[in-house]
Amino acid sequence: MTPPAPLGLLAELTHRCPLRCPYCSNPTELSRASAELDTETWGRVFREAAALGVLQLHLSGGEPAARRDLPEIVAHATAAGLYSNLITSGVLLDAARLKVLARAGLDHVQLSVQDAEETSADRISGLRGGHARKLAFARAVHEADLPLTLNAVVHRQNLDRLGDLIELATTLGATRLEVAHVQYYGWALRNRDALLPSRAQLEAATETVTTARVTLKGRLVIDYVVPDYYARRPKACMGGWGRSFIAVSPAGRVLPCHAAESLPGFDFLNVRDASLSEIWTHSDAFQRYRGTGWMPEPCRGCDRREIDWGGCRCQAFALTGNATNTDPACALSADHHLLDLAVQDAAVAGGNFTYREMGPTIATG
Amino acid sequence: MSITGTTTPRFARGMRLREDPARARWVVVGPERLFVPDDIALEILRLLDGTRRVDAIVDELAARYAAPRDAIAADVLALLTDLHAKGVLTA
Ligand code: SF4
Ligand code: SF4
Repeated sequence: MTPPAPLGLLAELTHRCPLRCPYCSNPTELSRASAELDTETWGRVFREAAALGVLQLHLSGGEPAARRDLPEIVAHATAAGLYSNLITSGVLLDAARLKVLARAGLDHVQLSVQDAEETSADRISGLRGGHARKLAFARAVHEADLPLTLNAVVHRQNLDRLGDLIELATTLGATRLEVAHVQYYGWALRNRDALLPSRAQLEAATETVTTARVTLKGRLVIDYVVPDYYARRPKACMGGWGRSFIAVSPAGRVLPCHAAESLPGFDFLNVRDASLSEIWTHSDAFQRYRGTGWMPEPCRGCDRREIDWGGCRCQAFALTGNATNTDPACALSADHHLLDLAVQDAAVAGGNFTYREMGPTIATG
Repeated sequence: MSITGTTTPRFARGMRLREDPARARWVVVGPERLFVPDDIALEILRLLDGTRRVDAIVDELAARYAAPRDAIAADVLALLTDLHAKGVLTA
């Protein structure tokens, strides 16, 4: 059976980043610069992706602007006919560099902010002065006439300022705000006690979003999804494993989801060794959880199996030790109580972070 | 702000109508967004050039299909209002 064609490609150009967010979605083993794919290889990957059916390209990291060849990379995306979205922390790009990217054909900018309040934002990102640089960058995006999405990862320590974040988005001229709850694997799992929000916070946040969606209709689109730890059913992670999404790591490994490197027992193929189309269609990694054949109960007999595809494999592994289990975010999972326990633990925990960093013993592959 | 006969709708910055050759269709792409217009919607979207007013779009389609203007106007306004609320169009 041939799989559906992928729509989106996430190109993680580098793991380098001047920020140290405690919920960073990069793997806990970060790749070094020397292991990164070169400009031309990214160009080939983009052309292969477009031929395979990919329409949208997300240039991400780490901080993609840590790569000096970012303009050439964007130009490759434009030449391949891909819609390019730069996912950035904004602290390494000034107006001049941004203009070069716009001229290379960049379609859209997605800027992350850590909070609406400067002191807190800088504490969360671990970079003093970072927030002010982001605000300056947002103005540069506006001057370059590029469309802007503001991305705010929310958690216990900033969720009470969601209203301010929404206001910040409109002040900065964003037309879209993505409010993303932390996903708890990798670095974020290490910081879960400091990040998990309370139910009261969540209810207030949902209320804030509902009201703002009405008052800002036609001006600001707000994307917001209730987080797994408080949901009854899981989300269709990546639209289903190997169904619509490909991620390529800085070193060239091709992944069904950017967090998949945290899963044991996988041999992820590298774009240096095989074509994207071969990997998408035939590799063991993409086939292992594609469709419904791999599912255990209760997913196997569930009428939502082709809606949420059993949820997130990385979360299943992080919480139950077995990636093939039903995502514990599902109330039908035998492990669902693990989420309630985590919520109870977090309610009495402090707010200190373990920041992300390159460890001394980190592999370079 | 709502869409009326005198507004001039156009694609919002970052929204693009393009061909999707792998799936033999046309789509509107934006960041994390993808809309697949049906045949009628596609005809309407193709007429958005940033200078045509809604009235002119309705006239054009009414002439092209020799159809009653009121019915076409209702369809066009419904579609444009919906896409405006979703941030696909600005007016
Ligand atoms: S989450 Fe924070 S530390 Fe991780 S790449 Fe993004 S900005 Fe950098
Ligand atoms: S049992 Fe499986 S398929 Fe059914 S809702 Fe839960 S995770 Fe989804």
